[in-house]
Amino acid sequence: MHADQASIKKSIRSYMMIGAALFVFTGITVAANQVHLAVPIAITVALIIATMKGSMVASVFMHLSHERKWIYGALILTVIGFFILMTVPLFTTLDHIGTPIHVAAPASEHTVH
Amino acid sequence: MNIPYTVEERPDTGLSNGKFGIWLFLASEVMLFGALFSTYIILRTGAPEWPHGELNVWLGMANTFILIGSSVTMVMAWASLKLGDWGKHRLYLMLTFLLSAAFLVNKYFEYAAHWTHGELPDKSTFLAIYFTLTGLHGIHILGGMVVMAYFLGPGAKLYKTKPEQFTNRIEYTGLYWHFVDLVWIFLFPVLYLL
Repeated sequence: MHADQASIKKSIRSYMMIGAALFVFTGITVAANQVHLAVPIAITVALIIATMKGSMVASVFMHLSHERKWIYGALILTVIGFFILMTVPLFTTLDHIGTPIHVAAPASEHTVH
Repeated sequence: MNIPYTVEERPDTGLSNGKFGIWLFLASEVMLFGALFSTYIILRTGAPEWPHGELNVWLGMANTFILIGSSVTMVMAWASLKLGDWGKHRLYLMLTFLLSAAFLVNKYFEYAAHWTHGELPDKSTFLAIYFTLTGLHGIHILGGMVVMAYFLGPGAKLYKTKPEQFTNRIEYTGLYWHFVDLVWIFLFPVLYLL
């Protein structure tokens, strides 16, 4: 048997196992949701499981566990860009644009005078 | 015109042009969905209250199972080609197509229920971002189905003349399809559960 075909046959077993694991993790996600955990805990649990599932799809189904460096390079740049996008919401809470700071000012000036 | 590096690897990247191209495309897709997820976070953290239990979790879970199943059949369609089994490849690709159609049918029933209850994008911020994210994802499913239909139909002829190039094309289709599955893996908990 061709070496490439032998490795493909070996991979098929891991595809099936990962598929089964993804089904199980989906069940766990929904089960955890039925328990009605506190919102911060529920968000953490759901996102951890989703990240694990996403990693399995990317590394096994998309063969990212053994890819060429050019693909890793492109994806590292993408991950950096993605995290920049995810920090954008943080800036919206850190700034004070749109808050009514000038509305309260005249009242406090009157109390000083 | 003969397009170079469709099968053989480029000496500088070690990749065929198609493979590097699809990964660059997927990188742009990550940014597209990333921008929308970022928008979701801004809208959710800025909202005085956020609805819970608006969506049917069981329909969402069924669609998650359908997409995971389609990812398995898609990778098996490619693996069958690598093993030289044309019949199994056709079977698995057809199964992937049918599962993706089942996903859209399921989504249609969900949308129809929202429509009849007057739950449209203009009714709330949650519904607006829900329809935007799932609608864009649904368009990606539709796009994948068009590509699969092509390879089940007229595109299948390529296998007779250039089997390696055809196998590579199925691999690229699979990479796209797994990405669409990956996006749903995050959309499901974010929209249906949290």
